[in-house]
Amino acid sequence: MAHPSTQQVWDWLDTIPDPEIPAITLTDLGIIRDVGWDGDTCVVTVTPTYSGCPATSIINIEIETALREHGLERIELKRQLSPAWTTDWMSQRGREKLEKYGIAPPQPAGGPDKCPNCGGTHVEKLSQFGSTPCKAQWRCKDCLEPFDYFKCI
Amino acid sequence: MTQTSDPKFEALLRLGDNTLILGHRVSEWCGHAPVLEEDIALANTALDLLGQTNLWLEYAGEVEGKGRSADDLAFLRDAWDFRNVLLVELPNGDFGQTLMRQYLFDVFNRMNLEAMRGSTDSRIAEVAEKAAKEAAYHVERSEGTVIGLGDGTEESHRRMQDALNILWPYAQELFITDEVDEAMAEAGVIPHPKSLQDAWDAEVRATLAQATLEVPEAHFGHRGSGKDGRMHTEHLGHLLTQMQWLQRAYPGQAW
Repeated sequence: MAHPSTQQVWDWLDTIPDPEIPAITLTDLGIIRDVGWDGDTCVVTVTPTYSGCPATSIINIEIETALREHGLERIELKRQLSPAWTTDWMSQRGREKLEKYGIAPPQPAGGPDKCPNCGGTHVEKLSQFGSTPCKAQWRCKDCLEPFDYFKCI
Repeated sequence: MTQTSDPKFEALLRLGDNTLILGHRVSEWCGHAPVLEEDIALANTALDLLGQTNLWLEYAGEVEGKGRSADDLAFLRDAWDFRNVLLVELPNGDFGQTLMRQYLFDVFNRMNLEAMRGSTDSRIAEVAEKAAKEAAYHVERSEGTVIGLGDGTEESHRRMQDALNILWPYAQELFITDEVDEAMAEAGVIPHPKSLQDAWDAEVRATLAQATLEVPEAHFGHRGSGKDGRMHTEHLGHLLTQMQWLQRAYPGQAW
């Protein structure tokens, strides 16, 4: 049986939302490192965002479930630690979707350039950590709303 | 000493047990920190440490070759089999003492991981590459908090000085070197702990000076009884009864 192309598999993966930040997909996040075929086994290589991220196992389950729904039977998930995930791998589309969702996207400067709610540029850090391992808490001094910032690593 | 196993297995247990026990201690703050932001920060730090633990102990189990998983190693060993330094098993004390311990450990952890990125063991190099980024982030926060509280109010200063006086001798154990370390350093797998000491000392002392804290005279340093498992403090057993009770009461229980 001819198997679907790797591009087809990528397209399917591109529809799976991140379990903790459903506004973006797994490919937006940049954690899918490779898709390939080993005989009739579809091999998907995934890298974790943070080594202790509790979403990692859920993500693996969701990938497997989605690919099974598309008719794939043999699926192998590989964990790849190196090169370590970096927010540079997040897609431009992902960054835009994050901001629309109310999360400031990662910036090379190490902090958000503006508030994702009102666009104000007077922002300050509340805490280096936030509601998930990948986020920090900031506050906008213009609209006075707190917001999440996607940590840059 | 009952050091009969593979030095790489021992060395991986040291790495994994340090992060496991510290991660567990830090997680004890969950729901108890002075403000919500700190509570979340502590829980996230614990999570990163436990994630690193999983990577180290998983590999330790593979190196040992007896089919033990990371979970088996974490939940089914007894106190005498743990290889963490005494620093990380001490009770949390107050918030300041917790953050002081975190800072002293974080700087060591970051330096050790950064050096291990060049390990001749590619698996260790990969884990270190991932974990070093997290450790660098931890240092940013614990360093800032140590400075903020040290150079803060009269009370916060006093408490941070007390914390440093208690913890400083324990921190010295991080740099004690034994035959396991020698073997690992010689093989280029893990750096010699002593090789990190000068840089650690310089960085930590500079931060403590900024925090207006005085480094206590090191009359003694703890002698490395935790990392080789010769003797732990009485606190480790109590910690383990909490951490391991579910697997002890319901062996093999899974989610």
